[in-house]
Order: sequence, then C-alpha cells, then structure tokens
Amino acid sequence: MFVCHCGENIARTVDCARVSETLADHPGVVVSLDYKYMCSDPGQNLVKQAIEEHGLTGVVVAACSPHMHEKTFRRAAARAGLNPFLCEMANIREQCSWIHDDKVEATDKAIEIVRTIVEKVKNNAPLETIHIPVTKRAIVIGGGIAGIQAALDIADGGADVILVEKEPSIGGHMSQLSETFPTLDCSQCILTPRMVEVYQHPRITLHTYSELESVEGFIGNFTVTIRKKARSVDESLCTGCGDCTAACPSRKIPNEFDANLSLRPAIYVPFPQAVPNIPVIDREHCTLFKGRAKGREKDLCGKCKESCLRNAVDYEQVDTLVKEHVGAIVIATGFVPYSVGRDQPDGLKGYAEFNYGEIPDVIDGLQFERLASASGPTGGEIRRPSDGKVPKRIVFVQCVGSRDPEKGISYCSKICCMYVAKHTMLYRHKVHDGEAIVFYMDIRAAGKGYEEFVRRAIEEDGAQYIRGRISRMYRDGDVIKVVGFDTLSGEPAIIDADMVVLATAVRPHKRVKQLARMLSTAYDQYGFISAAHPKLRPVETNTAGVFVAGACMSPSDIPDSIATASAAASKVLGMFSSDDLEREPTVAIVNERTCIGCYSCERVCPYGAIEHVDVCNRDGEICGHVARVVPGVCQGCGTCVATCPSKSVELLGFTDEQIFAEINALLTW
Amino acid sequence: MSIGYYPGCSLHGTSREFDESTRAVAPALGIELREIDDWSCCGASSAHSSSHLLGVALPARNLALAEEQGHDAVVAPCAACFSRLATTRYEIAHDANLAEAIPGIIERPFANSVDVVNIVQLLLAHAEKIREGVSAGSGTAAVGQLKVAAYYGCLLVRPVEVAGADDSEVPTTMEQVISACGATPVKWNMAVECCGGSFSMSRTSSVMRLGRAIVDDARKAGADAIVVACPMCHANLDFRQAARSDGDALPVLYLTQLVGLAMGMTPETLGLQRHFVDTKPLLDTLDTRAHELAAKTQAAAAAKTKARDGAVV
Repeated sequence: MFVCHCGENIARTVDCARVSETLADHPGVVVSLDYKYMCSDPGQNLVKQAIEEHGLTGVVVAACSPHMHEKTFRRAAARAGLNPFLCEMANIREQCSWIHDDKVEATDKAIEIVRTIVEKVKNNAPLETIHIPVTKRAIVIGGGIAGIQAALDIADGGADVILVEKEPSIGGHMSQLSETFPTLDCSQCILTPRMVEVYQHPRITLHTYSELESVEGFIGNFTVTIRKKARSVDESLCTGCGDCTAACPSRKIPNEFDANLSLRPAIYVPFPQAVPNIPVIDREHCTLFKGRAKGREKDLCGKCKESCLRNAVDYEQVDTLVKEHVGAIVIATGFVPYSVGRDQPDGLKGYAEFNYGEIPDVIDGLQFERLASASGPTGGEIRRPSDGKVPKRIVFVQCVGSRDPEKGISYCSKICCMYVAKHTMLYRHKVHDGEAIVFYMDIRAAGKGYEEFVRRAIEEDGAQYIRGRISRMYRDGDVIKVVGFDTLSGEPAIIDADMVVLATAVRPHKRVKQLARMLSTAYDQYGFISAAHPKLRPVETNTAGVFVAGACMSPSDIPDSIATASAAASKVLGMFSSDDLEREPTVAIVNERTCIGCYSCERVCPYGAIEHVDVCNRDGEICGHVARVVPGVCQGCGTCVATCPSKSVELLGFTDEQIFAEINALLTW
Repeated sequence: MSIGYYPGCSLHGTSREFDESTRAVAPALGIELREIDDWSCCGASSAHSSSHLLGVALPARNLALAEEQGHDAVVAPCAACFSRLATTRYEIAHDANLAEAIPGIIERPFANSVDVVNIVQLLLAHAEKIREGVSAGSGTAAVGQLKVAAYYGCLLVRPVEVAGADDSEVPTTMEQVISACGATPVKWNMAVECCGGSFSMSRTSSVMRLGRAIVDDARKAGADAIVVACPMCHANLDFRQAARSDGDALPVLYLTQLVGLAMGMTPETLGLQRHFVDTKPLLDTLDTRAHELAAKTQAAAAAKTKARDGAVV
C-alpha cells in the first residue's frame, strides 16, 4: 500500500502518514509506505522494490485518479514481474483532498477509500491484454471527394482499399460543380485526375453502382457484404464507346447529373468524364424493363443490345453480393441538398411560398452550378430554364432551410455564403450587364481567403447584398416577383427578377442513419454521423475501427472534406502499422453454464459485441444456445452485466466479488 | 358531437349573410349548431389591444358558457372571433397561472376543455358530406363551372401555433372545400396578403390599394369570384370594391355561400342579394355555361353514337 503526498496536493488536507500507519494493520497488507511523489522515478522504484522483496500479490497506490496514473503504476508493477491488473489506484486526490477542508475528516475518508480498494485488490485476478489480429485492408463507403481522398491516401500508404459508390460513377457532388471558391478554379479539372488515379491505382478495388449490404465483425476483422446492383452492362467487355447510349430511343428521362435541367436516355453514362466510363441501364425508365415488369413476354425494345459490337449489354444480369474482409471502415457518404417544395422527408417543412418546382426559373444552387458549368446543359452560358433567355437580374436567396428551426433545420449549412458569392461572380463574369442581388441573414466567411472572396464579389464584381429574408415569390408575367424585406433600411424590398437561385441547406444522406445502425455508430438529431469526440477525436466514431470523413459528419466545403478524409486515412494507416491491436482486457464475459440464451444482452449492447453460440451435448447434437461476448468489440461498458436476468455476465476487473468486497470494506471498518 | 355556435357581433350585423348561409348549410351537412346562450363580445381589436387580461377573459367567458352548456367544440365563423377564442384557449393551456386566475375573473368554473374551430376547418371535416350533397343536389352543374380564388387573409392562418392551418404561407384547406363543392380553385398569389383589416376606417386609401391588388390578381388568375371566410375581409373586398370607379367588380362570396349553392340552395336563402357587388350576373353566367356544356356533352354523345352506328363523321 503506497500513499502519495502529491507534493502538497494531497498532504495539505490528508495526513498521509496516518493513512499508511493505519493501513499497515489492515489484514493482508504487508507493506505500507508514504512518499512525496509516488509517480516520480524514486516513487515507482519503491513500488518495484517492495514487489520484488515481499513477493506481493497485489498493489494499491493511494494517489490521484486512475485516469491520471493508473497506466504508470501498472507498468511499474509489470516491470517488477506482477500482473499489471493486480495493481489498482485509490483516488484520494480528486475525490478527497481537493474537495475537503477538514484534515481529520479528510484523512478518515482517505483511509476508508484505501481500505475499499485494498479489499478489491484481494479479489483481483490476473488479466492478459487482448491481442487482435488486423486485416490490413480498408473499405471506404462513398466515392465523393472525401471518399476518393481517403481511398487514395490509404492506398498510397500501402494498404489495400475497397471503394464503394452507390451511383454508376465516382465523383460525387464535386463533379457537378462549375468553379470552386475561393480560387475559382474549375472543379472538374482538379477532381477528374483524382478519379482516374483511383481507377488505375493497383491497391484500390472500385465497386460502383454498389451499396453496403451488411457488416459483421469488429475492429481489424470486419466482414462486409457489398451489393453490386445489376448494371445490365458487362464491365469486362464494355469499352465505353457510347453506341448503346446513342441507340436508346427513350431519351426523356430527367438527368440527375444536370440536377434535372436536361434529359438523358435510359442507358447512359452519368457524365463524359465518369469513372468508370461504363453505361448503366436505368431499369425504372427503360422500355424493355418496364415491359418486363408489367409481365410482357416479348421484349419491347433491344436497341442498345443490337448496337453493341462487343455484346456487352446483358439484360439478364442480376444483383450480386460480394464478401470482403477488411480491418477498417471509412464512412464518407456525403450530403444531399434540402428540397425546397412542400413535400419533405423526416418531418421537415418546406417553403411552398417560393413556388420552387412551379416556376421553372426558381432553381437551387446545384442547378445554378450546372448552368454555369462548361459541361452543363447550356455549355456554361447562363440561360434560364423556362425560355432559354439570358437573365438580366438574378436574385440569390441565402439560408433556404438553414438556420430556420421552424423548418426543422437549426444549423448553419456553412458552404452557402461562399457559393452564393461565387455564383454572383460567375454570373457577372458571364453576363456583364446582369444584376446579382443577394438576400442574406449574415455573411459567414470564415476560412482562408474567404472574407476577401466575398468582398471581391461585392466590390469588384458588383453583387448587391440586401440583409433580409424573402417572404414569397410568384410569377408576374415574364418576371418573378420576389417579395422581401431590407432589414437595414427597414423597408420592403420587392424585386422583379428574371431568375431566382435558392441556396439550399446541406442535409445528410437519407440512408446514412441505416448505415450508422448497421455499423453501430452514433448520429445526431439531424442524421449526421457523430464523431467519437467533437474536438479530440474528430474522424473516429464510437465504434472502434470505423472512421468518418467529409460532409456526412457536418456541412463541409471541399477543403474541409479533404482534410477530414486525409485525417481518417492517417488514423486507418496508424491502425494498420502494427500486426495486431492491443485492447484492455476489462471486458464482459458470459458464464455459458448459467446463460439461458435470452439475448437481453444483445439487445442492450451498444457495440454489437454479443454473438450466438450453439451448445452441444456429448453426442455432438445442438441442445441450446448461449451468448458470448466478442472481446475485440466489447468496450467494457457493463450494460449487459446490469441487464442479464440470470446474472451470467461479469465485467473482468469489476466482478461482483470485487464490488461486494469494496462495499463490505465500507461497512466493516 | 355537440357544436356551440358563436356568431359574434359581425354575423348579427354587417355580415348577416354569413350567419344565414352558415345556419342554412350546417343542417344539410348533419351538423347541429346551437347558439351559445348568453354569449358576449369576444374582445377582438379593442379589448386585446388595451388589456391582455381583458382580451383573454372575454373569450374565456364564452368558452366557459359553451362548456357549461355541454358543447365539445365551438365554431366561430368570424375569423377575428375564431382567432380570439383559439388564442385564449392556447394561452390558458400554456400558462398555469392564467388558468388558475381565469375562473375567479369570469366568476364561473372553466376547464378549457372546449375545442375551437373555424368555419373552414368545420367544412373540411365534412367534405365528404359536401361531395354527397353536391352529387345529389341540383346545384352541381352551375357551381361546377365556377373558378374561384380562395382568400384566407391573416387570422385563419396566423399565428401558426393557434390557427392550425396546414401551411401558414400556402394554405390549401379552403381549396379542398372548394374542390369538394365541384368548383375549381385558381392558382393565384394573394391568398394570404393583407386586406387592410380594421384600417378600413382610419386609412381608407391604404385599404383600397391593398384590396385592389388582391382583386386584380384574382381576376388575372381567371377567377369568377373570390371566396372568403371572414367578415372583415368581406367588407374590405366587397364593400370597398363597390366604390371602384372602373366598375369592374368581382363578386366576393362566403365559403358557406359557395357550399350552399353547390348543394342546390337558393341564392336568397344564402343571402347572396346582400352583397355590394351584384352576384346576379355571375349566377346567370354560370347557368348559361352549364347549359352550353350540357348541350356540348349531349352533341358529343350523339356524335359518338352516330359514329358507332357507322356514319361518316
């Protein structure tokens, strides 16, 4: 038993000598010392010498919180040949000396605390650190810029990566953007080389048009099942010549890549720079598949198959499931823009008063990106959707959905202030006599070069910023009446606009919650994935081995997404740097003899650490089922221990015997 | 379900036709309306702008009476009355101190158990009955030709937590009732704009300007009439329009009048003759349109039969 003075920290209010003297008489205590700084080298040597001299079977250090120095003293004990888990801390600093004034009472309390821990240690059993082997392959979910960056960084670091993207091509939202703030460099020009790099990287396996079906296992040892949706085109045969796309007769399907501003055929490549450059048949809109769905025996079309010289089009293809073993998972599912209309998912409210969807010239930010993009439906000319005229006055509305608890989104979407400033510039650079009017709440331009960028939009490119909100907009002949209020001048601001661009909020992808449940990771009230610690562990989740990057955590611009992606990749590589992982052995363990197989533990386990085990009789026949805790997954929270109706689960290091011994100590002495 | 009827001062005075049409339509829809015995002022405008407590106590007295007389709900056709009653119900439900003080002030027990609905909500709840009545009645053909602009004004949709509208910016409840009547609601822009309210007396020119914008937009949207559910809106749109110099006026009907017409009631029963803007030409046009349509349908059917019989069309 070693009492630390912690300089004056403990000794000021606790009579350390009296503690050690009193404890010397406690049953089982062989050595009882006090010292000024027990964590110092001479202090640790006292512990080591005592273990060696007396052959101690347990050590109690009465000092600070175990969070502070438990590791220090356990290491010291281990060096002297004692199992480190036979060494415990009695916290007489944070829980005693720091919070009391009366020296006599504080000393009495310290003695009680130490006695309880001594009694606990008598019941401690030696435990061995758990070693888990690591599969040095990672899976990245989502092929947007964050997923691409994470995959490339991990692969460049020497590990194999599987990249899964649900769309037919990787690239994500960034591939739809025209120019990027605050440098106005072309989005595709910086993204497409990275996409090609992913495709050609020897250590990256790309699964596009695929989704994660299920996940089993734990850190270092996940088994993931990927559903490869039927593309209806054989990837190994297709050369991406485009003959099938040209042959397709149904050409009136809204083009998602152009934010529904143009039309595409039923067999299509999302955009010319798509990776892989292999078409997919949209079975929902394809004449042949629509006919088959209705039960037609004869196929109604087959033009694409006829046109394909390499016979790559395969109508009979079905979804396939691919199983992969990985050691780490990176979630990078990105975002979706808030939809403005009346119909809203998840109990949100829309802005029916903006007539978005009713007036074709009221568009959202992503649609404006496509209008401004050289690869867009107008070839980069700003022309309004209704009649193709060049709009001479555009009203940009910020915070559509964002910062509006009435509509269900309280947070700031962060990127809109910047992209609206960018939009005004792009517009003014292309339409020199055009007026760009922005309605804003506040301008939030925190970032390197961001404020300067907004000032440039206002001062050099002549964007007019009006502080205020829009109440509604409606069609009045050829123009859109935008009814707003200028809160700085205190007057209504009613503007006749040729086009309106709504800067819509950033929302998490709708299926991310499902994914989070599959991976047992937490998400916030909006559906964004929560980091394990908002400041100290920003790219880890509360599930070991699952990391997170990009806009699925919170609204992020491109630099943010790339930063978190690289951070997640470095965490994965750090994990892969050794052959196995060490875990604390303080995990739950099931007594399989008394377990009744009710699996109450499985229902409450937040980490999915419970597995089912068959019990066999002497003849090898299955005669029952019990629960087993997978030590690699268990985080030692103890919820299962409290839940088990047959008291068959115990937490190693905190067994019932140990806890009762502590309570008895309080009652006995 | 027993519904207490709270007419308020307007329906006993300037908007008698709203009262008449409500009383005519309710029994046809199987709604039993019983006027709250000994009802008093709801305190609209003057009371609640001079004393918050008075503004709550006056409606509370009426709600307490309704409770006493065994009603489950109170319908207040006047939008201002509805707003005062509903606001009172809301405030007392959300303020325990107020709830405790009120019975002493109004000198009667009060449990705040009576629901408050406006006429739009009541009619919407009986939309199915309206549809049945329309298909059985004789008014169908004529009203079916009518294109109307549903005008809500302010108090039927605001404050959001009190009024209980489906959407405070772009409500659709009145449109749903209009569709049940067989008429066509037009898509227009001024459904929740201000009519000027009680400024009618103090700033008449402003009210004229606001009303004109509303009527002009309804006309531009192709409406034959504007439908309202508030005596104040009606006065500002109907009466102030009569003073328009261009003489190009658009009839303004109460929603209950439209429902009555659709179910085959006579214009007199519904008080349509009481409006400042003459509704007679509108009703005549509708009849003509209905006849024309019937003739057209008949001709088309005849042509079809002929074609079937082998004649060359």
